[in-house]
Amino acid sequence: MAARTRPRLAQRQRRRISRAIQYTVAAAVVIAIAVFADWGRIADSFLQLDIAAGMFPAVWTAFWNTIVYTLLAFVFGMVAGVPIALMRVSAFAPYRWFAAGYVEVFRGLPALLVLFLVGFGVPQAFPGIQYPGGVYGQVAIGLGLTSSAYIAESVRAGIAAVPKGQVEAARSLGMSHTRTMVTVVLPQALRIVIPPLTNELVMLTKDSSLVFVLGVTTATMELSKFARNELTSSANATPLLVGGLLYLLLTVPLSILARRLEKRGDAR
Amino acid sequence: MNDSTLDGPLVRIKGLHKHFGDNEVLRGIDLDIAEGEVVCLIGPSGSGKSTLLRCVNLLETPTEGTVTAAGHDMTGPDADLDAARRDIGMVFQHFNLFSHLSILDNVAIAQRRVLKTPRAEAEAEARRLLAEVGIEGKERAKPAQLSGGQQQRVAIARALAMGPKLMLFDEPTSALDPELVGEVLSVMKGLAAEGMTMLVVTHEMSFAREVADRVIFLDGGVIVESGPPAEVLTAPKTERARGFLHRVLHPVD
Repeated sequence: MAARTRPRLAQRQRRRISRAIQYTVAAAVVIAIAVFADWGRIADSFLQLDIAAGMFPAVWTAFWNTIVYTLLAFVFGMVAGVPIALMRVSAFAPYRWFAAGYVEVFRGLPALLVLFLVGFGVPQAFPGIQYPGGVYGQVAIGLGLTSSAYIAESVRAGIAAVPKGQVEAARSLGMSHTRTMVTVVLPQALRIVIPPLTNELVMLTKDSSLVFVLGVTTATMELSKFARNELTSSANATPLLVGGLLYLLLTVPLSILARRLEKRGDAR
Repeated sequence: MNDSTLDGPLVRIKGLHKHFGDNEVLRGIDLDIAEGEVVCLIGPSGSGKSTLLRCVNLLETPTEGTVTAAGHDMTGPDADLDAARRDIGMVFQHFNLFSHLSILDNVAIAQRRVLKTPRAEAEAEARRLLAEVGIEGKERAKPAQLSGGQQQRVAIARALAMGPKLMLFDEPTSALDPELVGEVLSVMKGLAAEGMTMLVVTHEMSFAREVADRVIFLDGGVIVESGPPAEVLTAPKTERARGFLHRVLHPVD
């Protein structure tokens, strides 16, 4: 055994020293920002109350559109994603191949590119094609395709997490494979994946900011585009702050909800 | 075809083999069970008792051999397993109640979804069965809110709801706290007294002695001994059965 040159500090002492160093660094950073930042200039850029007030009530249309785009994409994502998840676990190999390919493609492509494809690529390849609901239909599909790939993966994991005994019990009662899936496995799987699905909803809320690439009017504008227009017209960053706060108004409650649901799931 | 008045035994197993990869769990089982008979399967862990039970309703697919049960040719190429399993109830070691459904729905769901029984009728039958297994006032509870013994009794009611001709029990009391074993065994005893045909994998030797018409000792994937409980449990002929019973009945010495 190698001889120690000096005695090691007790774990408690080491922890105390390390804690002290971290607090010191944190305090130094806060003080540096407070001292060196040009607060007047920051306030001028972000906190012009008259500009903020001028965004209302028009911003509510954009806020509402953000919610509608998010929900449309989420509904499409669920409607496409759950069947894809079922195909992923199917006994019929071609279904599995198709579903695996689908997930890889739409998880691998940027949402922006998919939106372009839906908005411009498809209409060019199939002239005369009409999306139901115009831009709303385009958003539902354009953002929903990407979302469905993530949802399918979450749901597949949920299905895998349902104990095998549940399936055996259902089959032993004479339920067919499909009946077992619908009656026993899916309801339990969806309960398991509520937290990741809530996170997906948060992601979609933010991804709805990509909708501007489809070319939107005042009536169909979402929050980011609206804030950016205001930024340009007022030559001031206050609209970004307002827009950002409105996003957080949507996403923070969702995140809290997701965390609650996760905790409840653990307690079960 | 699926007629209980069918001549011959209710269960007929012939030349049954089951491999899991290289592991040969069942090595040639022949077994007939008459209608109304209660058969207990005993044997050391890994002897293939559970696998044999699961081969009866084809939760495991036999590698070789034939199984007919409750009037259904289970291993035939045209077997309708879903239809056959309605006539064969199964109770699991870990209850496997549907965790997202209430107790009442657990018992009523298969009638409603498989037999297409109207809801009111299915629930009335479920309540009757729950009363029969001694579970009352828990209809709205979720399985997790019940004790293990209560859950297992609900599981028995769930299996009975399909009106089975045969009941399979896979170590129904092995996951229970000792003080809860009795309530489940007494429900099973009542079922046997009503004339239900039962195949029971169990370690409860007193239950086997009291209720079984026949005890089968399985070891190494073959039937080593088979006979009335008084014979197999009290005066086993083979050294293997003697050793096993001694270890089960006198675990300490």
